[in-house]
Amino acid sequence: MKKKNQVLEHVIHGMFLILGLITIGCVLLITVYLVISGIPAIREIGLLDFLFGAKWEPTVAEPSYGILPFILTSVYGTAGAILIGVPIGFMTAVYLAKIASPKVKSLMSAAVSLLAGIPSVVYGLVGMLVLVPGIRKLFDVPDGASLLAAIIVLAIMILPSIINVSITALEAVPKEYEDASLALGATPVETYFKVSVPAAKSGIAAAVVLGVGRAIGEAMAVMMVSGNVANMPSLFQSVRFLTTAVASEMAYSSGLQQQALFSIALVLFLFIMMINATLNFFLKKEKEN
Amino acid sequence: MVTSQISGKRKTYIGMMRLLMWICVGLTGALVLFLLAYVLIKGIPNITWELVSTKPSYLTEHIGILPDILNTVYIVIITLVIVIPLGVGAAIYLTEYASNKKLVGVIEYAAETLSGIPSIIYGLVGMLFFCQFLNMQTSLLAGSLTLVIMNLPTIMRTTQESLKTVPQSYREGAFGLGAGKWRVIRTVVLPGCVDGVITGCILSIGRIIGESAALLFTAGFAHALYDPVTGLTSPGATLTVALYVYAKENGEFEVAFAIAAILMILSLLINFAASSVGKVFHKKRAI
Repeated sequence: MKKKNQVLEHVIHGMFLILGLITIGCVLLITVYLVISGIPAIREIGLLDFLFGAKWEPTVAEPSYGILPFILTSVYGTAGAILIGVPIGFMTAVYLAKIASPKVKSLMSAAVSLLAGIPSVVYGLVGMLVLVPGIRKLFDVPDGASLLAAIIVLAIMILPSIINVSITALEAVPKEYEDASLALGATPVETYFKVSVPAAKSGIAAAVVLGVGRAIGEAMAVMMVSGNVANMPSLFQSVRFLTTAVASEMAYSSGLQQQALFSIALVLFLFIMMINATLNFFLKKEKEN
Repeated sequence: MVTSQISGKRKTYIGMMRLLMWICVGLTGALVLFLLAYVLIKGIPNITWELVSTKPSYLTEHIGILPDILNTVYIVIITLVIVIPLGVGAAIYLTEYASNKKLVGVIEYAAETLSGIPSIIYGLVGMLFFCQFLNMQTSLLAGSLTLVIMNLPTIMRTTQESLKTVPQSYREGAFGLGAGKWRVIRTVVLPGCVDGVITGCILSIGRIIGESAALLFTAGFAHALYDPVTGLTSPGATLTVALYVYAKENGEFEVAFAIAAILMILSLLINFAASSVGKVFHKKRAI
């Protein structure tokens, strides 16, 4: 009887071990598939021509597969979203973490989690019908579907991540730091910005990096407002991101063109892995503090 | 005598920072209000019984979103049924069994990596692996399996967090009474992580309902009406994918806004559910 029980325990232990290993398996699966399907096109096109080629024309007689426009658009778009989203999110986070009354705080955090829960296609839809015509009228350009529209949508979409992660970091600052600063005669506002914020800097950095990851990975909302033409990035022109390049041609492409799309996904994946590594670095630092 | 010694420069700094904070909080709040009001006002008048209870017909150019609603429900159910045992099992392994710190680190790193991967990449790999390699074609099942991988970290994390709150003394007590490890897990540990699993489910439902990029190439965008069994192996659009198709490809903005309003209401409900579940279990624990 006892032996039977022991066997059962071992079997169950093994089962849970397998379940535990599933996440590793999934990461390996994704990595292996992206590498295997992404490499052939890069080899055929040539790494330099692929990464630094300025023209993406897969369907003309002499096709060229340069993804520099997509890479630059993704970088500029993300940078723009960070430039707008981070200051707004950061200031909101300081207010909510340190100054807001409990009532305001709970109301605003409900609002922020609603913002996080809105599906990206809804952002895309509102962007299409409010932002795009707005930009066209305001700046008097022929088409409002542009990099600027995408930047604004992305800035709004990364707000919840930035606000929530910054609040967590700011709330973890030891109260003694603030008390000491207040006792030395600093006003509350000065204390928050000159003591609490520097103390929470790795957490806030993590918030920014998380925002970068969200922005660079967003596909659908951006696809609906950016016009989706493979131009070099410029604020009022229709542009295509790494994500939207994959999404927009996947449905009908084949052969080398489709393989090149897998390569684009591989490039995007490498970006994301770098961002994840940076994020982990900051989170670790935050934990050590 | 105490006098205020705050110089003009400091006063300007404080005033400016306060003003900036108010502007930013106001902006965020106004943004949420605007989005909510805009979508609901434009969408709710378009939600008719006819729209939600019929399927689209090309002959009469009639649009109905019943198939999309059902597809969403199917995908949510299939995904949860598969992901809950996997996620809970993985969490139990990490907190109850694993003794190798390195392995735990690697598993947790893998979970973090998964939650950072953008959905378009899930869609692509899902298409390559489930639809092509495993020959499932574009189907609700392939879409659900893709979403299983996406939601695995969520369920794992919430379960793990609630397992950590099960007092060690409970386990020791059960072991002391002679129970085996599996029995302790079944009778002491699992009941303790119900709140984590429920929270994880709610978060996952929100994510599944809102997901579109990962489903575009795995579940496709058909609007046919299926029963659950044939639905599994057939392609079908969820509400978000249908919204995208109606807005971007067909220019049917009224339908798109109706769907957007439904999605908005659902995400309001999900947020409310998540926060009330948190409160209920928090209270229980306090007692």
